[in-house]
Amino acid sequence: MKKLTISVLLVSLLAACASNKPAEVAAPAAASEAPAATPVAEAAKEVAPAATDALDDASSILAKRSAFFDFDKSAVKAEDKPAVQAHGQYLATHANRKVVVEGNADERGSSEYNLALGNRRAESVKKMLIVSGAKASQISTASFGEEKPRATGHNEAAWSQNRRADIVYK
Amino acid sequence: MVLRNIIFVFLVLVAYPVQAALDIEITGAGEHQIPISIVAFAGEEKLTQKISAVIASDLKRSGLFRLVDHAGKAPHEMRDVSFGDWAEVDALTIGSATVLADGRVEVKFRLLDTHKQSQLLGQSVVSKGDQARAIAHRIADMIYEKFTGDAGVFSTRIAYINREGKVNRLVVADSDGYGEQSILTLKEPIMSPAWSPDGSHLAYVTFEQGRAVTYVQSLFTRQRFALAAFPGSNSAPAWAPDGKQLAIVLTRDGTSAIYLVRPDGTGLRRISYSDAIDTEPSFSPDGRFLLFASDRGGTVQIYRMPAEGGYAERMTFEGNNNFSPRYSPDGNNFVFMHSTGGQFYIATQDFQTRQMQVLTDVGWEKKPSFAPNGKIVLFATESLGRGILATVSSDGRVKQKMIPQQGDIREPMWGPFLK
Repeated sequence: MKKLTISVLLVSLLAACASNKPAEVAAPAAASEAPAATPVAEAAKEVAPAATDALDDASSILAKRSAFFDFDKSAVKAEDKPAVQAHGQYLATHANRKVVVEGNADERGSSEYNLALGNRRAESVKKMLIVSGAKASQISTASFGEEKPRATGHNEAAWSQNRRADIVYK
Repeated sequence: MVLRNIIFVFLVLVAYPVQAALDIEITGAGEHQIPISIVAFAGEEKLTQKISAVIASDLKRSGLFRLVDHAGKAPHEMRDVSFGDWAEVDALTIGSATVLADGRVEVKFRLLDTHKQSQLLGQSVVSKGDQARAIAHRIADMIYEKFTGDAGVFSTRIAYINREGKVNRLVVADSDGYGEQSILTLKEPIMSPAWSPDGSHLAYVTFEQGRAVTYVQSLFTRQRFALAAFPGSNSAPAWAPDGKQLAIVLTRDGTSAIYLVRPDGTGLRRISYSDAIDTEPSFSPDGRFLLFASDRGGTVQIYRMPAEGGYAERMTFEGNNNFSPRYSPDGNNFVFMHSTGGQFYIATQDFQTRQMQVLTDVGWEKKPSFAPNGKIVLFATESLGRGILATVSSDGRVKQKMIPQQGDIREPMWGPFLK
């Protein structure tokens, strides 16, 4: 049983590394191994490449691609850390994937200072991704400052949405 | 990497000779207003613009003149002037406009002192037929300078960004809102326009490459090139007064730092090393110093350092944060964006006295720049939910709103004197 599990894991890891799209990941050998009712087999099924890439799973923590910030701050908040760390781990195990971290700011302050603040936020997320296992070469950063707001309006409801860094997979 | 947006770049010269792109409202008045009459020029009805009306509009906009209409009296020559009729004004202007055989226009005018009953100015100007507004602005400049001792700015231009939906246009217009020309049209944001000292080029920042990249564009040939497209953001261009280099802000080394570069993009060297955000450089008129905004001390404040880099002296200590410094043309003070209590105001600060004067009072005012005579500040603000431009005189008395016909406008920059 252990031998089967190991070979399934090995095959799925190889398949995951080799491809970008879930469609190409299909490993017939693993798929045909019908899951038994044992925890080990179920664990094997979760890693099986025939299932969708965790990145496309809407219920996975990886579906959360944005971190939000307090006014004039660039530190990743506690509630956003698990998601950022999960993306870092995903990048660590998928060395072929790359991301752009896009930083934004709300409209208060000058447009140039906000461009710099957006950059600082993107760099802050990038650092956490690297600490969580991603390689620097997998991550580039960009800032849009206050130029591409997600929400318009001169109020905290809009501003809080715009104080944001997005992890965008390429 | 797939481009999601289609980018339209129109390098088009579009002139609106008879319609202003901006509507102007004036409030406030100078401490002393000079009463003056601008009499209709003989023959001006044959031109594309009524010269006397444009002169009157310019002088009125300055807030320093009270325009007095003198219906029924229309002298065109000195001999037709009966000074007794003009006792309620300090001065009047008379003149004539003639269309020459080759289509050019010759305008003659005289500025007369009604109390001394003598001539203050007399000039003849010849120009191309479609230049009626430009001639009028030049005459208004001469009248303004005669009475105030300061150079007039009626012949200068401003640059700004018009945003309508997804379309962003970099625009150059006369300082009265006429003659709007689209220099660049994109479906990506444009920011930070910066005039070269001789007014021949604009540097600016766009996001068409997916991040902030600084371009320099000739206003004559309309050709442009990327001055700085290093990894990261390339922004906040500022020309040195001799036109031989620009200061820019790059994040290529991690944080936002200030660099110098030649106008052709060569000779890049870093001059700020704080590991904090250093941005918004502005050269002193003698080129020896830079003002800039930095949060190296925790909050955003304005600092001054030598133009080659070196010790940075903190200049602002009031309010919460201070951004966007720009030197005055005479180098004696600077204008900036002063943030306090969550609001943003335009203020000036004198270098000698260190005294700050707040010039605006609504609380959503950004991106100030001086007119080249140092007497007016242009800035961006909002009115009824729309982005507009506004001006305030350097003494805070005369205010003007410049409301676009369509779209929102932002990121204004007043251009230099034309040579």
